[in-house]
Amino acid sequence: MIKLLGIEKIYDSPSGQVHALKGIDLEIARGEIYGIIGLSGAGKSTLVRCINMLERPTAGKVIVDGQDMTTLNESQLREARKSIGMIFQHFNLLSSATVYDNIAFPLKLSGMGKAEIEKKVRPLLELVGLSDKANQYPSQLSGGQKQRVGIARALANDPKVLLCDEATSALDPQTTKSILALIKDINKKLALTVVVITHEMQVIKDICDKVAVISDGVIAERGSVLDVFTNPHHDITKEFISVLLSNALPAAFRGNEVSQDRTSGSLLLIRLVFLGDRADEPVLANMIRDCAGVECTMLFGNLDEIGGVPFGRFIVGLSGEDDAINSALNFLSGQDVRVEVIGYVRRNPAAA
Amino acid sequence: MFAEILPLLSKALGETIYMVVVSMAIASAIGVPLGVLLHTTAKGQILENVVVNQTVGSVVNAVRSIPFIILMVAIIPLTRFIVGSAIGTTAAIVPLVIASIPFIGRQVETSLKEVPAGLVEAAQAMGATPFQIISRVLLPEAMPGIVSQLTTVIIALVGESAMAGAIGGGGLGDLAIRYGYQRFRPEVMLATVVVLIVLVQLVQFVGNTLAKRLDKR
Repeated sequence: MIKLLGIEKIYDSPSGQVHALKGIDLEIARGEIYGIIGLSGAGKSTLVRCINMLERPTAGKVIVDGQDMTTLNESQLREARKSIGMIFQHFNLLSSATVYDNIAFPLKLSGMGKAEIEKKVRPLLELVGLSDKANQYPSQLSGGQKQRVGIARALANDPKVLLCDEATSALDPQTTKSILALIKDINKKLALTVVVITHEMQVIKDICDKVAVISDGVIAERGSVLDVFTNPHHDITKEFISVLLSNALPAAFRGNEVSQDRTSGSLLLIRLVFLGDRADEPVLANMIRDCAGVECTMLFGNLDEIGGVPFGRFIVGLSGEDDAINSALNFLSGQDVRVEVIGYVRRNPAAA
Repeated sequence: MFAEILPLLSKALGETIYMVVVSMAIASAIGVPLGVLLHTTAKGQILENVVVNQTVGSVVNAVRSIPFIILMVAIIPLTRFIVGSAIGTTAAIVPLVIASIPFIGRQVETSLKEVPAGLVEAAQAMGATPFQIISRVLLPEAMPGIVSQLTTVIIALVGESAMAGAIGGGGLGDLAIRYGYQRFRPEVMLATVVVLIVLVQLVQFVGNTLAKRLDKR
């Protein structure tokens, strides 16, 4: 549906040239919710603006629904933009127009008649749950309601693509959830291709099918959300994920030095990641049963879900004779579980 | 005494209102589009054109830097060409219009600048033409500000029309100078000042009320 080929963007700024995008290739399939995450200044907002040519790339091709956007003239571009809806962090609603008129705005631009506009706007109000607010002005609405108006307005022209530029960044967590649920809902109902720009991994985890991590104008990592979450490669990705899924050791161990050498009375910390059906299999119980002499201390555990796939993460401490620990590690590596050895730490004196 | 002043006052008030209303109508018809031009051709705006922006901007600054009393005298030939005479209430309208156009232009430009750039971007993303952005986004969103600014222009016009009156334009200024000052009639001077104060208060009140009603922010 959307294909970006070798996108470069160079700005002239008073302090010299800024190379905002350094050759981005990206392919987004029809009906997909594709997340693009990055820190502020990483180039993600510039990138999404290249899709509808609010920013013209310095080099590269932008193909939306088979049409190369970079070759269109002004009036062709205006037509093409009508099939690309966009919502914004600060909503960008007309303060002088009612909710109804804001949603009707793109239709009026196309010169649609009053009766036809009414026929389009009413169901949209219904869809976003604002039928009772039609005659209010944006200043009378909450942030979440304003974004619902933004979404209804973006959908008025029956777009094929919806671009969300930090659409939930100005909203509180509860409102964010409900707006994300709405986006997911319309993605399913209308088979809409959605591009989500965000700096919050939670947003990616909640609704996206795929994710690209953008850093310093290039895509550092990309893939299905599940793959990226369970097996991140790039430091920046790990950092984003750590906000949601803490990889730090439990507080009681954080002060202790982790060493790769075994000392007497130390625990071997390992991190286990279970995916899918594995998440509810008694792997640890089996390990204890099969490997005599190994003791297992559960230090941290968390069961989550990404795109409907259960996803468990545990940090356990193993103790016992060398042989017993090795047989336990052997056992685990034979299971469908990802094992990462963290190292040995001295037993927490408070627990001993 | 009142009976004597009243017809003078009402005639002068009528002339002042005539000068202000006609000047304002003509000046707005030219000044508002000028303000739109100044704003939209600036750097980063929808019709960015540095040459046009700077040229128009300098002309506006030049006219605005001429004191009204000098402008009035300096353009007498032009006034005579347009109206057929350089003296009289209608003749006074020419310099009033010329002085107000750049004033309105700058005031409208200021109001348009306050429309958040995101609104223009949103309209562009929906495929709006530059004309649609001006007529459906910039002007409606800036309207409360524009109404406030135009109120200021009307009040300035009341003052300038008094000056125009002094060189044969009639109106309240003319009355105050000729009767109040030259014929030593302080009560006429006082009455004129009171009428001017009431007039300006009224304009300001109407302007504020209208701006407030338009403002949905």
